[in-house]
Amino acid sequence: MTMGQAPPAVTTSHAAAPGGSVVWRRRRASIKRTWLELWAQPQGKAGVIVLGLAILVAIFAPVILGQGVLSIVHAPGRQFEPPSLTYPLGTDEYGRSVLDLLAWGSRTSLLVGFCAAIIAMVIGTVVGVVSGHYGGWVDTIAMRFDDWMLVIPFLPLVIVLNVLLGRGVDKTILVLGITSWPGTARILRAQVLSVKARPYMERARALGASNRHQMVKHTLPNIMPLVLANTTITIAGAILSESTLSFLGLGDPSLTAASWGTMLDGAFSEGAVSRGAWGYLLAPGIAIVLVVLAFTWCGNALEKVLNPRLQQE
Amino acid sequence: MTATTVDSPSPEARTASGGGRDNRIRRKLRVPMLIGRRLVGALISLLTVLVFNFFLFNVLSSDPIKALVRNRHLDAAAQAHLRHEFGYDQSLWRQFVAYMQQLLLHHNLGISTTYTQPVWSVISTRIWPTVLLVGVSTLLSSLIGTWIGIKGAWERNGRFDKISNGVSVTLYSMPEFWLGIVLLLFLAGNQVGLGVFPLGGMNDVDVDVSSPSGWVNVAWHLTLPCLTLTLAYLAQYSLVMRSSMLDEMGQDYVRTARAKGLRDLAVRRSHVVPNALLPAVTQIFLYFGFVISGALTVEYVFSWPGLGLLTEDAISGADFPLLRGLFLLFTASVIVCNLLADVMLGVLDPRVREL
Repeated sequence: MTMGQAPPAVTTSHAAAPGGSVVWRRRRASIKRTWLELWAQPQGKAGVIVLGLAILVAIFAPVILGQGVLSIVHAPGRQFEPPSLTYPLGTDEYGRSVLDLLAWGSRTSLLVGFCAAIIAMVIGTVVGVVSGHYGGWVDTIAMRFDDWMLVIPFLPLVIVLNVLLGRGVDKTILVLGITSWPGTARILRAQVLSVKARPYMERARALGASNRHQMVKHTLPNIMPLVLANTTITIAGAILSESTLSFLGLGDPSLTAASWGTMLDGAFSEGAVSRGAWGYLLAPGIAIVLVVLAFTWCGNALEKVLNPRLQQE
Repeated sequence: MTATTVDSPSPEARTASGGGRDNRIRRKLRVPMLIGRRLVGALISLLTVLVFNFFLFNVLSSDPIKALVRNRHLDAAAQAHLRHEFGYDQSLWRQFVAYMQQLLLHHNLGISTTYTQPVWSVISTRIWPTVLLVGVSTLLSSLIGTWIGIKGAWERNGRFDKISNGVSVTLYSMPEFWLGIVLLLFLAGNQVGLGVFPLGGMNDVDVDVSSPSGWVNVAWHLTLPCLTLTLAYLAQYSLVMRSSMLDEMGQDYVRTARAKGLRDLAVRRSHVVPNALLPAVTQIFLYFGFVISGALTVEYVFSWPGLGLLTEDAISGADFPLLRGLFLLFTASVIVCNLLADVMLGVLDPRVREL
C-alpha cells in the first residue's frame, strides 16, 4: 500500500529541485519508515493513539464545549455531586461538570508540556552540540555548569523561580523550559563526540567545512533521532512538573488556563477527600498518568526503532 | 609532589625499590586524594549556590516588598520603611556583602515574614519529621526495589519481570501527590474509603509523643505518607538494580562460576548480586534530591509537619526569607548526599579511584 504511493513523489521532487531533492526524498522515506516501525510496536501504537485523542480533545474543547462551562457563577450543578448521567465524573466545588473541566484542562497541560520541552530541547541541543563539537574550554565550562544544574534539586528550584516570576502559563513554561535541559545536553554531547570521530566528519573537515556547516549539516541530522526520543520524555516530565506546581498553588489563576494540576489543587484544598468526591479527585490524575505514559511509550518505541542495538535484545 | 613528601620519612624504603614503593604510596593516597578532590568540588558547588541564592531573591525578584504586601493595604511610607528594614533600598553589592556576612558569620538566614521568627528556628523544628519520613521510605523503597530488580533481571522477560516493569513505569508516571490523594481517599477517607488511617498530621492531639503509645501513634500516622513515597520511588531503585544486574550477568566471571558447576542460587547470591549492588547502593544517595521533591508534595497532602508543608506555607504566604532558607537547605543536603555517594563509590569500588 505504502509502496504504491512512493513513485509519484519521487518524480515530482526530481522535477522541482534536482539538488536538494535527493536529500529530502531520503529524509522523507526515513521518516515514513520510522513511523511505520513505530506503529508496528504495540507500545508505539498505544502511545500514538492516546496522544492523538488527547490532542484532539485539547484542540476541539473550546469549539464543542464553549467557555460557558467554565463559569463559576452560572454553574449548573451542586457542589461535589457524585458521578451521574448528567455529570459523568461528578461536579467540582462550584458545581461545574468535571468532564468539561477535564477536556479544558488538557489544553494547558499539553501546551505547557510541549512548549517547555521545546525550549528545553533547543537549549539542550545547542549546549550539547556546541560543547561536544568545540571541546576544550567551551566544553569544560558548559559541562561544569551542566553538572551544577543537575545537582540543584529540581522541584525546589522551579518552585522558587515560579514564586519569584509570578503565576501564569507563560511563566510556568519559561521556568520549566530553562530548567529541564541539562540531562538532554549531557546525553547529546556524548552522541556528538561519537559522531565527531566518524570518517565522514574528517572528510568534511578536510574539504574545509566551517564549524557551523559541520554542526548543522552533519552533526545535527545525526543526533536528531536522539533529540526526538528525548523530547517525548521531556514533555512527559514537564507535564508532571506542571501538575505539581499547579497543585502547590502556583497554577495560572485564570479560568480558561486551568490545567489538570489546578483541578487537583482545587479538589484537594476544597475538601473533596473528606466529601468523598472520587470522580473529581481521580479523573485529572488518571488523565495525567495516561498522557505521561503515552509519551513514555512513544519515547521508548522511538528509541527502539532508532537504536538498532536495543532491537536485538 | 605529594608522593615524595610522604616518602621522605622512610629512607630505607626508597633504597629498597623506589618505583614500586612510589606506586604503593600513590595507591594508598588515592582514596584520601579522591575524597579531598570531591570535598573541594562540593565546597565550590555550595559557594556557587550561595551566590545563586542571592541572585534569585535579590536580583531576579525586582521588588520583594511588593510581593509581601500584595494583598494588604499599606501606604508608600510604610512600604519604604519595610524596604529599609529588609535592606532592599541599598545597592546590590552592599546587599550581597550583608547577606554573606549574616549567613557565614552569624548563621542568620533572616526573619520569616509569616512566622515572624528567625528562619533557621522555624526550619530546624521541621527537619526531623521530614528526615523520619524520607529516611523510612527510602530504606523501604531501596530494599524492595533492589529485590524486585534482582528477581526481575534473573528471570528476564519472565512474568514477574514483565508485571513489575509495567507497575514500575506506571507508578513512575504518576504525580506523587496524586498517588497520595488516592491512598488518602480510599484508605483514610470515610465517604468512599475504609477510614482506617488518619487523614493527616503526625500524631493525635491528645497523645504524648515521647511515650511508647505515642510512637505507635506516630507510626500509624506515618504509614500512608511513607507508603506513598515508597511506591513512588520503587521504580528508580528496581530499574537501576535490574540494569546493573543485566550488565553483570553478561560478564565472563559469571560463565566461569556456572562452568564450575555452582548452583543457580549460589551464582546469583555470591557472584552477581555483590557486584551489581555497588552502583545501585550509591544511587540511593544520588536520588535523594528527587525524594526531597516527592516529600514536598506528599507532606502537603498528608499535612505531615515537615519541610514540605513548610514550603507550601512559604509559597502561599509569599514568605521569601523562609523560601530562601528552605531552598538553601534542600540544595545543600543534595550536594552533601552527592558527595557521600561519590566518596562511597570511590572507597568501595577500586575501578573508580583511577579517574
